[in-house]
Amino acid sequence: MSDALTDDRDIFARTAPLSGAIWRDGLLAAASWGVAAALTYAMPDVITWGATDLFALLTAIGAAFFLAAALVVPRLSRDAATLRHYGPWFIAIGIWFALWELTTAKLGWLPKPFFSPPQGLLHVYVTDWDRLLICVAYTARLWGLGFFSGIAVGFAAGVALGWSKRFAYWGMPVLKLIGPVPASAWIPCTFFLFPTTFHASIFLVALASGIPVAILTAAGVEQVNRAYYDVARTLGANNRYLIYRIAIPASLPNVFVGLFMGLYYSFAVLVVAEMLGAKFGLGWYLQFNTAYSAYANVYAALIVMALICAGLVRLLFSLRNRLLDWQKGIL
Amino acid sequence: MALAHDPAFNDRTSDGAAAGASSIALDFRALSHRFSLPDRVLPVLDHITLSVAPGEFVALLGPSGCGKSTLLRLAAGLESPSAGTVTENGRPIAGPDPDRILVFQEATLFPWLTVRKNIASGLEARGLLKSHGHRIDDVLKRVRLEGFADAYPHQLSGGMAQRVAIARALVNDPKLLLLDEPFGKLDSLTRLSLQKELLQLWKASGFTALLVTHDVEEALLLADRVIVFSDRPARIVAEVAVTKAHPRRRDDADLVQLRQQLLTQLGVSADV
Repeated sequence: MSDALTDDRDIFARTAPLSGAIWRDGLLAAASWGVAAALTYAMPDVITWGATDLFALLTAIGAAFFLAAALVVPRLSRDAATLRHYGPWFIAIGIWFALWELTTAKLGWLPKPFFSPPQGLLHVYVTDWDRLLICVAYTARLWGLGFFSGIAVGFAAGVALGWSKRFAYWGMPVLKLIGPVPASAWIPCTFFLFPTTFHASIFLVALASGIPVAILTAAGVEQVNRAYYDVARTLGANNRYLIYRIAIPASLPNVFVGLFMGLYYSFAVLVVAEMLGAKFGLGWYLQFNTAYSAYANVYAALIVMALICAGLVRLLFSLRNRLLDWQKGIL
Repeated sequence: MALAHDPAFNDRTSDGAAAGASSIALDFRALSHRFSLPDRVLPVLDHITLSVAPGEFVALLGPSGCGKSTLLRLAAGLESPSAGTVTENGRPIAGPDPDRILVFQEATLFPWLTVRKNIASGLEARGLLKSHGHRIDDVLKRVRLEGFADAYPHQLSGGMAQRVAIARALVNDPKLLLLDEPFGKLDSLTRLSLQKELLQLWKASGFTALLVTHDVEEALLLADRVIVFSDRPARIVAEVAVTKAHPRRRDDADLVQLRQQLLTQLGVSADV
């Protein structure tokens, strides 16, 4: 037994410096990215897709970066924890690029126009970046106006519904009725109600983000422990204090669930909202290019949308962590 | 608004000699209360008549769920009685007032506020934070939690949380402190030390105290007078004055005898 133990220790002693000298995942990522680059460059495309050489170059640069990182990371004075953490992901992305490349551009198993190889998307970004940027800006304006007005109204309505019995009596059934109505069903009404199609679009986004916030906020305010109100009242609190300093902070965890839902719904509804006579915008871009079967453009725009949405989710998470710091250790 | 009284008065018992502007007299007159449940009416208090002198410490003893807590809620002004009156210094109690503060069995601290902000909430609600904010540190020291001002409630033990709850009440300099089984959920050692602390705070501040408990020893250790209630609907079945000077020992012969007497009145065999 003791022999085996010392043997084990010997093995560790011998291998530790070796594995310490090289970041293994980095090396593997360099390999998978290198394979993707080589495939892209060496094999002929079934049909021309545009930015093939550029994609090969970019993946080769990626491979070189990971190779350098594999050698440098273990020698860094500070631990590159984030880079190490995502190591397996970098490997997987390289493999994904290689398989994607093979099945689309190189072997043609997934045919044009329904599928696009990575260089197809790259080609869209290279040639159509100016239009995409304008679309992002238009969408940002629509989304920002819609989302923020939606959550503001939704939050205020939610607090009122959760706080006042009379509000809840009239409001709750209406909210439950209009909640599940799909956004596109509102289009005829909005055309009549709003002066311009832009206002109508804002309304659709606001509705999609405001309803979950209203429902979740109302539920949160309603669920607040009654004892908090009793304590606050004996301490001399008036109604205003009870609402702003007790009901709202106590229901904030629920409000954030509503905000996350509203954020996702608002993105889902963008395409519909930009059906209403928009001239630019990511949703408009998606529809326009779908109509022309330019699926590479559709995928390219979808990726941009997904990245923006993920970034906003991340922002919202950090805001939540700041405001709900007091929950740490409870959950 | 004095935080501490002249030490000469600190050993007073039920005579109320030290009671001045910082405590109030509480009167329950022919008080009855019932709750309307969906299917029936539940009477909880039945013709309670009780006078509490300014600065007096009265314990309300009775079986769990007999309606003692309701009596405190009525005194706090959180509810209005179905019949009869509750008055403070002769004036009917119309609603909650920071002069009369209720401390619950659960500490019920606001989990989103730090200890300091929890304690400050009463002053803040009344717009007194600027003028009376200095009292917070003072009170924190008195409940021995100076080091925990910036902690959140979930980081505190049960005993510490209850001390914060008491501090949150005391910072408002209440004239009446209503304690609803404040130590009921604590372990026995913590309970002993908090009972002692409560007694010191009461002596130092001179408020009137009304303590609901089902712990006979706790009542005898702390109170000037013990009121025994029947099962629901609660009636007063006995009243025992405890004249023994503080500090009291739980194995004191007179207190042991009183304990047996009270247990018998509660319907429990005296040799428990």
